[in-house]
Amino acid sequence: MTGKKRTPKVKQKKLKIQDLAKIRDKARAIMTIRDGEGRGRVTVHMGTCGIAAGAREIMDALLDQLSKSRVKDMIVTTSGCAGFCRREPMATVELKGQPPVKYIDLTPAKIRKIVEKHVLGGHIVAEFALAIGSETIY
Amino acid sequence: MKKYRTHLLVCAGTGCVSCNSFKIKEALEQEVQKRNLQNEVLVIATGCNGFCERGPILLVQPEGIFYQQLKVEDVPRLVEEHLLKGRPVKKLMYIPPSEKEPIPKMKDIEFFKHQRLIVLRNRGRIDPEKVEEYIAFDGYEAMAKALTKMTPEEIISEISASGLRGRGGAGFPTGKKWDVCRKEKKTPKYLICNGDEGDPGAFMDRSLLEADPHAVLEGMVIGAKAIGAEKGFIYIRHEYPLALQRMEIAILQAKEYGLLGKNILDTGFNFDIEVVQGAGAFVSGEETALIASVEGRIATPRQRPPYPAQKGYMGMPTVINNVETWGTVPNIIRRGAAWFAGLGTETSKGTKIFSLVGKINNTGLVEVPMGITLRDIVYGIGGGIPDGRKFKAVQIGGPSGGCLPSSKLDLPIDYESLTAAGSMMGSGGMIVMDEKTCMVDIAKYFLNFLRDESCGKCVSCREGTQRMWEIVKRITEGKGKQSDLALLEELATATMDASMCGLGQTAANPVLSTLRYFKREFEIHIKEKRCPAGVCLALIQYEVIPDRCTGCLACKTSCPQDAIRGTLKDVHLIDQEKCIKCGACYEACKFEAIETERDPAIRIVERAR
Repeated sequence: MTGKKRTPKVKQKKLKIQDLAKIRDKARAIMTIRDGEGRGRVTVHMGTCGIAAGAREIMDALLDQLSKSRVKDMIVTTSGCAGFCRREPMATVELKGQPPVKYIDLTPAKIRKIVEKHVLGGHIVAEFALAIGSETIY
Repeated sequence: MKKYRTHLLVCAGTGCVSCNSFKIKEALEQEVQKRNLQNEVLVIATGCNGFCERGPILLVQPEGIFYQQLKVEDVPRLVEEHLLKGRPVKKLMYIPPSEKEPIPKMKDIEFFKHQRLIVLRNRGRIDPEKVEEYIAFDGYEAMAKALTKMTPEEIISEISASGLRGRGGAGFPTGKKWDVCRKEKKTPKYLICNGDEGDPGAFMDRSLLEADPHAVLEGMVIGAKAIGAEKGFIYIRHEYPLALQRMEIAILQAKEYGLLGKNILDTGFNFDIEVVQGAGAFVSGEETALIASVEGRIATPRQRPPYPAQKGYMGMPTVINNVETWGTVPNIIRRGAAWFAGLGTETSKGTKIFSLVGKINNTGLVEVPMGITLRDIVYGIGGGIPDGRKFKAVQIGGPSGGCLPSSKLDLPIDYESLTAAGSMMGSGGMIVMDEKTCMVDIAKYFLNFLRDESCGKCVSCREGTQRMWEIVKRITEGKGKQSDLALLEELATATMDASMCGLGQTAANPVLSTLRYFKREFEIHIKEKRCPAGVCLALIQYEVIPDRCTGCLACKTSCPQDAIRGTLKDVHLIDQEKCIKCGACYEACKFEAIETERDPAIRIVERAR
């Protein structure tokens, strides 16, 4: 019934008030993904065709470029074949409130440019784009 | 910070850990590595998600896909299908009892849909062992606000205005308690977090300590500033090893980061916290007994007043609050009293965590707004009673609480309504009972618990619980007398009136509430010598129904006493002399392997006397 006391040992690495906000900002990427809500979403089409055409390298380059550019509020996800296997690897960029844009024939360099221009700058990279909008679903 | 496309949040609350969630986590990590996805996919262990019935649980974000009852064998397929090919695995998703199609997303599942998370906001979302993740979700923001922008009086008036009441059971206004302590002249003052959760079937505090230990620490620092304390204790029972471990890690990290200890966040405020491990006596949860235990003495209560706020740890002013209360505090400071007071009923504000257990489909931990009805909890979130049985009662508030019958299902829950109905809020244990539960047996169970846990200081409690238990036990054995009921009521009242602490004062509740709502069942035990629910062993007997029995021998093989006679294809017979009423034959009879067909084959019949 009597309590046993335990005291852990302590190292030093003190925070100040303003450091809290810095940590919060650095960890924003975690929040975006855990809450499932971001400013937008990039989908890499990873069907068999996509993977065979190099979608995995596109994914790696995409994640790398997003963290290099300190983009914290974009969700990156995968989906199956988009149906246009000849033009894989493909990715779809959707920014909130804007129609989705499909990009085709991607390379790591192209997806990095798309991150810079479209995701960060809000300008569609027309030369890599296939179309704007989604397919009609009945 | 590295960017990933997917986070796999493995539940590592005690419930899921006990069904091997750490092994699932390990397997996921290995499989992710094997598939070369380690740069895209991160595996994290979180605190309890609450849906313990369905553990081990895995949440895949950002999609919000909810996987349940995972096995290590499921992992390779899950990783290949979902993470590599982007096809969520339907087979591993949750299917509600009455439906056929799985529900992929967590937010669409009934169990989660109706909950309102304030205290448990970080459950299943952060790694409780990483302070950075707590900070990412606005952690320690309220503490920073309280330490730099608020005076102690402002903190107390904010807490008072929010209407927060103690979540440990009695519901004393938290702001008022702090104010009394603040006005005491003696120093040093102390702060204690009561994590001695002892009610059978209750695990609210454990889950919060495991899922979000920093929230409790943050609340305590805010409280310390309000009353002017420099030292606090967190009392956790030794039966909660995971909670103890996570809390110790949290304290260590908080100290490293300067969120605890000397000169917190460079504001000049000092506050240190020590973990005290309790040995797990029920009475230790009573505040004065807990303080005695922290002081190193035997955990027995003392007379109040003086209250701990005036004379607590080492005779000094001490605020002692429950884990959940401390966990609520940062949310109120961060989001404001008006926001918190906007939820709940006239007298009870905010949300309350309940642990939902017993005869219910969705066992687990739920946080709901005050004022929700029992029906919404039992049938909405809880998914109703398993096996198509009928609801009989719900026991709320642990051994000090009471049983409420189906007529009270539409009762909006708050501190006052529960007390008026003969139960109490307690710490939030909710045990659901179906028609196969005997209420006399339940009263016996709780009385046995209380007589065991009574510290023995007051005669009324020590003897009262013992005598009440003896009488109820006698009734379950078929030796009850008609005068027993009046005697029980008299004893119950005496125990209640003459005992010093909360344990004795409420010890009569299990008896009084069952007598109030289920008197008829007591009378049947006494007068007709039978147990309608088929529970009290002395009053039942197992028998074979000849025209249902196929002579399959299943019951005969299962009987540990060799009490069943019969050969293949012949109707069996139970030898009542040898039968120990273990029920093994009843369980074993899988006649036509259909659940509903089992019942009549070997039935429980009431002794015909």
